[in-house]
Amino acid sequence: MATTTTNSLLRGVAPTRGGMSAARWRDLRDGLLFTSPFILGVLFLWAGPMIYSMYLVTQDWSLITAPKFVGLGNFERLLGDPLVMKSLGNTAFYTFIGVPLQLLTAFGLALMLNQNVRGLSLYRTVYYLPSITPAVAFAVVWIQILNPEFGVLNNILHLFGIPPIKWLFDPTWSKPAFILMSLWLVGFQMIVFLAGLQGVPKELNEAAAIDGANTWRRFLNVTLPIISPVLFFNLIIGIIGSFQVFTGSFIMTKGGPQDSTLFIVLYIYRNAFEYFKMGYAATLAWVLFIIIMFFTMIQFFFANRWVYYEGKG
Amino acid sequence: MSAATHQIQGRTAGKRKNQWGYLLLHAGMILLGFTFLVPLAWVVSTSLKTSGEVFITPVEWIPQSPNWSNYTEVFVRLPFAQFILNSLYVSLMGTLGSVISAILVAFGLSRIRWPGRDALFVVLLATLMLPGIVTLIPVFIIFKNINWIGTFLPLWVPAWFGSAFYIFLMRQFMLTLPQELDEAARIDGASNFRILWQVIAPLCGPAIATVTIFSFLFHYNDFLGPLIYISENDMFTLPLGLLWFQGRFGNFWHLVMAASMITITPVILLFFFAQRYFVQGTQFTGLAGR
Repeated sequence: MATTTTNSLLRGVAPTRGGMSAARWRDLRDGLLFTSPFILGVLFLWAGPMIYSMYLVTQDWSLITAPKFVGLGNFERLLGDPLVMKSLGNTAFYTFIGVPLQLLTAFGLALMLNQNVRGLSLYRTVYYLPSITPAVAFAVVWIQILNPEFGVLNNILHLFGIPPIKWLFDPTWSKPAFILMSLWLVGFQMIVFLAGLQGVPKELNEAAAIDGANTWRRFLNVTLPIISPVLFFNLIIGIIGSFQVFTGSFIMTKGGPQDSTLFIVLYIYRNAFEYFKMGYAATLAWVLFIIIMFFTMIQFFFANRWVYYEGKG
Repeated sequence: MSAATHQIQGRTAGKRKNQWGYLLLHAGMILLGFTFLVPLAWVVSTSLKTSGEVFITPVEWIPQSPNWSNYTEVFVRLPFAQFILNSLYVSLMGTLGSVISAILVAFGLSRIRWPGRDALFVVLLATLMLPGIVTLIPVFIIFKNINWIGTFLPLWVPAWFGSAFYIFLMRQFMLTLPQELDEAARIDGASNFRILWQVIAPLCGPAIATVTIFSFLFHYNDFLGPLIYISENDMFTLPLGLLWFQGRFGNFWHLVMAASMITITPVILLFFFAQRYFVQGTQFTGLAGR
């Protein structure tokens, strides 16, 4: 505000009677102009499609014949479709077991990297590298790694006397296999944690040490509160991403064995692009959307109980 | 005197204990490093084996004599050179759009004061967290209606409208630049556009590098987009091409791994040349979460 006034004064533009100087009009015009790509993007790639999608929910449409109004028919079908619950259950399992493990791994790695070890950047590179590989290449490589007979994982487990596991061919092991794989991709979260850890003031730790707090108490009462916003960020992003897991199961298992890796996005994809049930697929997408938003809201709701923001007391 | 000796003794004892801890830490980190590298080592190793060597257990990590011809064979079996070109085209067009739009929108959100700016920023934060799955089907139908299916357009045009994440990164960076820069230029009568191109944009090098890298990686790695929009074989991007290869020649492990290596290599090269910006960008995102 103050700057705008100074600016208009500097430019010698007197405020007009309406309260808006020529400079402020120009700033409004330019502000809209510069942000117009994003405004158009929100309208045409977010808001418009979301409204259009609400219409799709009420339609039975194969893209080839004309769409037919079915009212709440898609919801009725959804309730009677056992694969919906199955795929949602699979996705929940993958998310609620996978995300905590991913965060633990990422946090553990970040703690190690925060110890001022020699060769830090090399370790960081090595831990980060897998997370940037193209998802398709990652999946194709892991098909071989998880092969029960010739795969390297069972090979290594054999050294410890563990009998071969059928991984992607066994409904009880297929989801754990996906969770295991996801632990190779935590590089991003790791760096985020590391940034948070590096923001913990040294003086605070030292002061606590002088007061006689041991390592564990210092971790609990100093480090954890200060990195809690970063933990919160990773948790939110992790859950949103995990609910939309797709590529791995599409390529490696095609949802099998016995639908044990049929995740909800894979099921949406199939309905839309294999069975051409656009209305039904849009309905499923909305259900997933609401579920994700629900869990995001819950986290925001509970955030002020455990997330500590500096300056907010 | 005795107090001083005590202190020194105490310090060396602590140091010795620390050294053991340090060694243990290193050992742990090296072990983890190997664990993280196993998949990559597997790709490299298998891609250089002969079909006979692939199925030997226990795994032989170093092939007898590296079989480089696997790589040429990949190019002979499927048009991988074409896939590379397609991937590069889509990635470059998308990246260009991401960078230009991020600079423009971020400038409008950080260095011009106008009513509605804060509201638009809230919208930006919201789209940052909206799950994209909800727009997948309607956007597909929209692109179908304007006859974009089977073209590269759906893969890169949306990037020109700006992605919330990149705009956010760029905005946070622009906010760190001193406001006096703009004011000085304004006194000289420069328009907002000139201020952006001559004053602000040249200072945004690190943020531009970060957006470039993240956006390139996103478009290069994108799978769902090409999967639903591209159907003709000679328009496949590398991820689609690799999937096709896996489907047709999945039993030839050494060839599949050579094809994977071809797909992965550009990403690894990019990473090694621009590692700083990856880390910087990720850190920036994390801190932004505060």
